[in-house]
Amino acid sequence: MPIVVMNWTLALPEIVLSVSGLAILVFGVLQRRDATQLCSMLALAAFVVTGFLVIAAPDGIGYNSVFVGDDFARFMKILSLIGAALSLVLSIDYNRREGIGRFEFPVLLLFSTVGTMVMASSENLMTLYIGLELQSLAIYILCAFDRDRLGSAEAGLKYFVLGSLASGLLLYGVSLVFGFAGTMEYRGLQTALAASAEIPTGLVIGIVFIIVGLAFKVSAVPFHMWTPDVYQGAPPPVTSFMAGAPKIAAFALLLRVMAGPFGAVSHQWQLLIELISMASMLFGALAAIPQTSIKRLMAYSSIGHMGYALMGLAAATPAGMRGTLVYLAVYLFMNAGSFAVIVAMRRRGRSVERIADLAGLGRTDPGLALAMAVFMFSMIGVPPLSGFFGKLLVFSAALQAGLPVLVVVGIVSSVIGAYYYLRVVKVMYFDAAAVAFDRPAASVSLVSASMGLVTGLFILVLGPISSAAQAAASVLFR
Amino acid sequence: MNAAAPLFAVAVFAPLFGAIIAGLFGASIGDRAARAVSIGCMVLATLCGLGALAGALMDGSPVLAVSVSDWIQAGGFRAPWTLRFDMLSVEMVAMVTLVSTLIHIYSVGYMSHETSPVSRFFAYLSLFTFAMLMLVSSDNLIQLFFGWEGVGLASYLLIGYWYDRPSANAAAIKAFVVNRVADLFFMVGIALLFAQFGTVSYDNIFALVPDHQAAMYHLFGTDMRAYEVIGVLLFIGAMGKSAQLFLHTWLPDAMEGPTPVSALIHAATMVTAGVFLLARMSPLIEFAPVTKDLVVVIGASTCFFAATVGLVQPDIKRTIAYSTCSQLGYMFMACGVGVYQAGMFHLTTHAFFKALLFLGAGSVIHALHDEQDMFRMGGLGRRLPVTCAVMWIGSLALAGIPPFAGWWSKDAIIDATFIAGTGPGYYGWVLGSITAFLTALYSGRLLFLVFHSRVRDAHLQEQAHESGLVILVPLVILACGAAFAGAAFAPWFIGGRQAGFWNGSIFNAPGNDVLASLEQVPVLITLVPTVLALLGAGVAFYAYMVRPELPALLAARHPGLYRFLLNKWYFDELYDRIFVRPYEAVARLFWHVGEEDIAEGVPGSIGRLTSGGSVQLVRIQTGSIAVYAFTMLIGLVVLISTFLVFR
Repeated sequence: MPIVVMNWTLALPEIVLSVSGLAILVFGVLQRRDATQLCSMLALAAFVVTGFLVIAAPDGIGYNSVFVGDDFARFMKILSLIGAALSLVLSIDYNRREGIGRFEFPVLLLFSTVGTMVMASSENLMTLYIGLELQSLAIYILCAFDRDRLGSAEAGLKYFVLGSLASGLLLYGVSLVFGFAGTMEYRGLQTALAASAEIPTGLVIGIVFIIVGLAFKVSAVPFHMWTPDVYQGAPPPVTSFMAGAPKIAAFALLLRVMAGPFGAVSHQWQLLIELISMASMLFGALAAIPQTSIKRLMAYSSIGHMGYALMGLAAATPAGMRGTLVYLAVYLFMNAGSFAVIVAMRRRGRSVERIADLAGLGRTDPGLALAMAVFMFSMIGVPPLSGFFGKLLVFSAALQAGLPVLVVVGIVSSVIGAYYYLRVVKVMYFDAAAVAFDRPAASVSLVSASMGLVTGLFILVLGPISSAAQAAASVLFR
Repeated sequence: MNAAAPLFAVAVFAPLFGAIIAGLFGASIGDRAARAVSIGCMVLATLCGLGALAGALMDGSPVLAVSVSDWIQAGGFRAPWTLRFDMLSVEMVAMVTLVSTLIHIYSVGYMSHETSPVSRFFAYLSLFTFAMLMLVSSDNLIQLFFGWEGVGLASYLLIGYWYDRPSANAAAIKAFVVNRVADLFFMVGIALLFAQFGTVSYDNIFALVPDHQAAMYHLFGTDMRAYEVIGVLLFIGAMGKSAQLFLHTWLPDAMEGPTPVSALIHAATMVTAGVFLLARMSPLIEFAPVTKDLVVVIGASTCFFAATVGLVQPDIKRTIAYSTCSQLGYMFMACGVGVYQAGMFHLTTHAFFKALLFLGAGSVIHALHDEQDMFRMGGLGRRLPVTCAVMWIGSLALAGIPPFAGWWSKDAIIDATFIAGTGPGYYGWVLGSITAFLTALYSGRLLFLVFHSRVRDAHLQEQAHESGLVILVPLVILACGAAFAGAAFAPWFIGGRQAGFWNGSIFNAPGNDVLASLEQVPVLITLVPTVLALLGAGVAFYAYMVRPELPALLAARHPGLYRFLLNKWYFDELYDRIFVRPYEAVARLFWHVGEEDIAEGVPGSIGRLTSGGSVQLVRIQTGSIAVYAFTMLIGLVVLISTFLVFR
């Protein structure tokens, strides 16, 4: 048993963020007049500060080996924070215009982000569960944040019920693993699995349960059913958040758990991930075709993208993990940018969400249309946009890992997917122009433009992101 | 290195420079400047070409290789850009540049009525010349093929120069396609040569030829000598370029291009490529006796066939075009009986008088504002005295009337076929002699119909006016060539000095002494073609001047024969049935079934299937939490089962 020093500075970013959350909450309650704007700004500041702390945080294992700090956790936390900050920026203007501007929104977003960060740093199945629940609970509320709107309330409820089911499955899996392995620590599990010649069936069933619980969070087929309804019902900034930070955190868990403690039995779970990945890619591509709502379209698109990201995990190699990490980073930016465009879809003070509403955007707002076109092409995977590099990395990793079928399915579903992405572009540029959208707020334009730049000029930042992902992935295989 | 070698390189590349300047920058530097540049380059090329010839003659026909650069190098395959400097190529370069330059100059006058800029025309002309120069100066087969294809491309561009005329486009495509068919065989021939010898360089191939004589190919159940197979394949390539029988159909149609183009194609740059190829490959062909016999038979048949068709064509340019076809037949006959020297001699004299005839015809057409039907002309001799005079010289040379150029070369060929003493040789002699008669007959017909018979269209005749100096000067220069080139060159090409002149660039197999025996032909035999030619001329005079109603009477009495000749032995109709229509049917099949049903239908069906499937897929998305939870549990069960089954 290694001597574990209580090193509380490991969790300094999480502690700072949590305390800021509490402080902002108290501050908001005590304010007489509406403090939403101020609270949002404070939360944003807290994200920025936490970001710096994350970068500066030391490596090591602490808190009686339930919490770990390493390159992988840092990579995931930074992505989480960026995703949360972007969603927060989008929400400020949206909530005000929709009349749902309450100071609890940034606080909830902040707590959910704390949850994702705890997930990224988990070194114990219990930490995993705590982080997951913290993150999920906040999102349940956020989904129903526009509580007077039926869709929003329905989304919150659906996500809550199904999420609870998934949590239950996950918890059951954890208990099975604990029962058969006698420990919940990742390192302990790793040693136990590596040592035993015959893996008990109960243990592997426990692993499957854990996979299912996490697959629900990343909305992989067949645990994706909630996604379209919740994406459509929840306010777009929340959807943007849900498609970003929690997915990244769930992926962090999947990667860490699968590559770490269960890495020794990778040949046993690889097939499952492969199946889930294929099903997600195909379903995401096919089911999106008849959609008329851009939000539902994005929901199916997210299902498909998670399939591609899972491809890297299915490879179960450092190159595959690196591919997944780069893919997630790429997806985070494309997704935030697309949702910025969706947030900007307002006509005469009302938010619209049909794809047909985008008609003629190329003439009425060329900048916004260009940004959307960049995101759509990037999601297809057209070089030199960012999506291409994400796909390239996971495809090549899967191919090297000897999974040609997976790659073929991936390519076929990319081609099918191109149809509905291109349809959005076609509607924007070639259909008769509809009435122009309301002028978007500067914050929304900023997000769409900056994400457009990142996506379009990704080749410039590919090097640093790729090497950071490389470093993060190599931690998992240590 | 010989001082003539750099001149030679300049002569080859100057036309390319002119073509690039006129073609790419013609619009920016202006039409006049583009014309000037391309003609300037051609004049330079001609001076250098003649200089190289003079240098080669002074030095006793050296054989040099002028290295330009590397080109292809892949494993054992090597094809550099190297110019081969020997008498065969130098003589061709000098002839091609000279004739081409005169045609360039002539074109300034001929194309003066064009409304659109003609820089494109001059660029094509120069490109055409360059391609031909590349062909004749090549040092290996790949380089030769480059020039060969360049000639094909340029001819396509020039025949279709008036791209707004559907007939010109059709003719251009026809020329290109027929040439491609022949080129396929040629390419296979080159590939077999490489397979046989492991090299494409002439020197290496020729050095190895005696060693590989026994090589055999097992083809279609029989064994064939490799040299015969290769020789026949190369000859088929030559047949395409030189419009020999069965692959000749493009040549008359090529008249759709402007007249200077016809002159260029027929005199200098294109159709002679086939004859040149056989002369160039003589070290190989000499060892393929069956191929040689085939060459004689095809050459003689073409010779006769084209002459008969030329007899009845009403179009002045087509008449001359068929005469080219016929004269090329003579050249092939010469190659076939092993006197490539005589073939090259006829090629050279023919270049002068054929360019002269075409340019003269162009002058007539120009004067009559694009009238080409000889039966609407007549009595033009007084209105176009210079043109009339040079056309007389050209026609006499063509008909083989002494002492004009054609007599020297043609007589040598006909004598050679007799001397050869083989079956195909006698076949060639008979048909060649008959053709001499026919040639004189249709040449006379042309002259009398156009210049001397009664005026048929007074209006047309009154409008006619002699062309300007820019047209007449090239005509006069070519006329000098047509008149004197034969007597001047005969000693060098086929006479006593030929061995030193060619200096091994043309090979005659040991025992092939046809050339040396030319002097020993019985006098009576030597006189036969000349007498027949004079007879032909006399008949022409009788039929078109003394009794002008006679030809029409004959045509009316033998309508079948007349139509047979007028329709060019029905070759076009035959090919239409055998090749074009079945091909169209196959193409239509591929279009309707292959493309519309399969290439477009299958993706369309897949698309419908996909979208249909996606609608079904979305149907499970009912919105009911129970269904969603149920799906999740089913998924869980499936995963666990999969896991337990496959672990």
